[in-house]
Amino acid sequence: MSNPARRLITQSWSRRPQLQHGFFGKPQRLTRLLHARAKEYLQAHDPDLTDSQRTVREAVAKICANYPDEYWLRQEEKKEFPVELHRKLADDGWLGICIPPEFGGSGLGISEAAIMMQTLSESGGGMTAASSVHMNIFGLEPVVKFGTEEQKRRWLEPLVQGRERACFGVTEPNTGLDTLKLQSTARRDGNDYVLSGQKIWISTAQNAHKILILVRTTPLDQVSKPSQGLSLFYTDLDPSVVEITEIPKMGRAAVDTNSLFFDNWRVPATDMVGQENEGFKMILHGMNAERILIAAEALGLGYAAIRRAATYAGERHVFGRAIGQNQAIQHPLADSWMKLEAARLMIYHAARLYDEGYSSGEYANAAKYLGAEAAFQACERAVMVHGGMGYAKEYHVERYLREVLIPRIAPVSREMICNYIGERVLGLPKSY
Amino acid sequence: MASGLRILVPVKRVIDYAIKPRINKAQTGVETTGVKHSLNPFDELSIEEAVRLRERKGPLKVENILALSAGGPKTPDVLRTAMAMGADRAFHIDVPDSADGGPEPLTIAKMLKGVVEKENINLVLLGKQAIDGDQGQTGQMLAGLLGWPQATQASKVEVKDEAGTVEITHEVDGGVETLRAKLPLVITTDLRLNEPRYASLPNIMKAKKKPLEKKTLADFGVEDTRRLKTLKVTEPPARTGGGKVEDVDGLVSKLKELGAL
Repeated sequence: MSNPARRLITQSWSRRPQLQHGFFGKPQRLTRLLHARAKEYLQAHDPDLTDSQRTVREAVAKICANYPDEYWLRQEEKKEFPVELHRKLADDGWLGICIPPEFGGSGLGISEAAIMMQTLSESGGGMTAASSVHMNIFGLEPVVKFGTEEQKRRWLEPLVQGRERACFGVTEPNTGLDTLKLQSTARRDGNDYVLSGQKIWISTAQNAHKILILVRTTPLDQVSKPSQGLSLFYTDLDPSVVEITEIPKMGRAAVDTNSLFFDNWRVPATDMVGQENEGFKMILHGMNAERILIAAEALGLGYAAIRRAATYAGERHVFGRAIGQNQAIQHPLADSWMKLEAARLMIYHAARLYDEGYSSGEYANAAKYLGAEAAFQACERAVMVHGGMGYAKEYHVERYLREVLIPRIAPVSREMICNYIGERVLGLPKSY
Repeated sequence: MASGLRILVPVKRVIDYAIKPRINKAQTGVETTGVKHSLNPFDELSIEEAVRLRERKGPLKVENILALSAGGPKTPDVLRTAMAMGADRAFHIDVPDSADGGPEPLTIAKMLKGVVEKENINLVLLGKQAIDGDQGQTGQMLAGLLGWPQATQASKVEVKDEAGTVEITHEVDGGVETLRAKLPLVITTDLRLNEPRYASLPNIMKAKKKPLEKKTLADFGVEDTRRLKTLKVTEPPARTGGGKVEDVDGLVSKLKELGAL
């Protein structure tokens, strides 16, 4: 040891011999494994990505890199909508990813939108990042499909440019998933419709300028089929007429969720989408796509959790070695990665089928079921791998765990998905 | 002389700057398989500057921006990125992927000279170096081969008049130095020149339709001959932990002990 500087360095090592040697006296590997796919931030090596998916992934990842976990932690603490990210995504044209080019969009498919949403969530933004734009990505599909030229021009361009933000109003407190029993009503009065009723779980309503809302225009006892009689409006959400009350909730505090009350709310008839009484069919149209997107958002959180857990497990030393060297830590994470990958295949399979025009719902439903469950398990395991640190906000995984319950619950429960598969695929009697 | 700017922007696909490179098993270079690659950051600056020259609508109109890259089958990725940022067309010079960093700077400079002559280029904007090999030679060699003036490590580029006078500022030890030259010209770019834009989705879509031509070194009369041989590439010794001292006095005595004071 001729170099004195080296001597100084080695002294601290010799005082802590456990750092030099592993538990069984093996020399410790000091180099980190840097090319581990699950540890790399928003990696784009998945061998099955199409060119356009990879392009979307890489471009969105670049934007996300400016909004690290610390940003999302701060937004949650302050309960502030991530306007900066929304603005950036709008400015760079991302909100129009699925909107036809003639209305300022890029006309890509759900396969690309899903990877965009997965990436936003996987960046650490989770459901907060995803929900801040989710409705704007695909919510207006009924308008794209059934709106008039004038409506599309009036509504789609401001949405794509981020000048107007939209929210989505279907669920009601007294009907839950039983959408056909909606109690909010609209009656025609001259050139207007007059809306009365209430809605619940309306995300982003505090920050939205517009709402896509489904209400009953013909009472249930006067229609030939229960799916008839509902009508769809896309209209200004005016807080002086509609009472918007935020619901305090478990996670995603930065993106508000609300209950809405309205009585004698006058909405111009020109804001009705498609035919009167045909609203339910139009809403159904976007549902498979929404399930795929939600599944991709859940998936992103799952990968983010694995990324944090694997990194932490590799760095945290207890009993003289990395905790990730213990199979009890390593194997659950390996298992979760495999489950996430399996879900990923289902999600992008469903997305591709959707883009090819397949309209049945079993794959979209299965994707949302599998994605949400795999992601939930990954987030839970990530917290456990972190031990006490996992319960600290500083390590972010507890935030992931709170947020990952959203795609597990919404937009449709696990049980309703099983009902769907039971009835439509297994051919068994309807259970509800 | 110049009616407009015909800009060539050579770019390179390199290991992403955020990734820590690892030496390959054969110790001939860094491991590139399965590693995230992106557009060399200095080349992003030169693309951005070319696009800004167009947007600034200075005394000379930008007629055309040609992006060019030599490399393997994944090279079109970075060319599409360059076109999404604003380049009009691209050449992909097909060169096999290799672990040793690809063709040498002189080979590339000779090939670029061929491109400049064939495509009637009057301004070449290059990154000052690629972050993989860090050689930083190509721009200078190209200027030498062409017999053109060069301005290296530009932090500001300004076209002054229709005659093609260009003022380039670059940072030197004591401050900044401003150079004036006339087109045709070679400029290499440095970090503070600009802040490259993100490619927007509509521009990414448009870039897919822009022309990308595949060419070979032979098209420009160049052979990939090697004058240098890489003997061995190794990682720097792993950093070990430092020592701790109690207070300032401890620090001073430790530094004295080590002969640093």
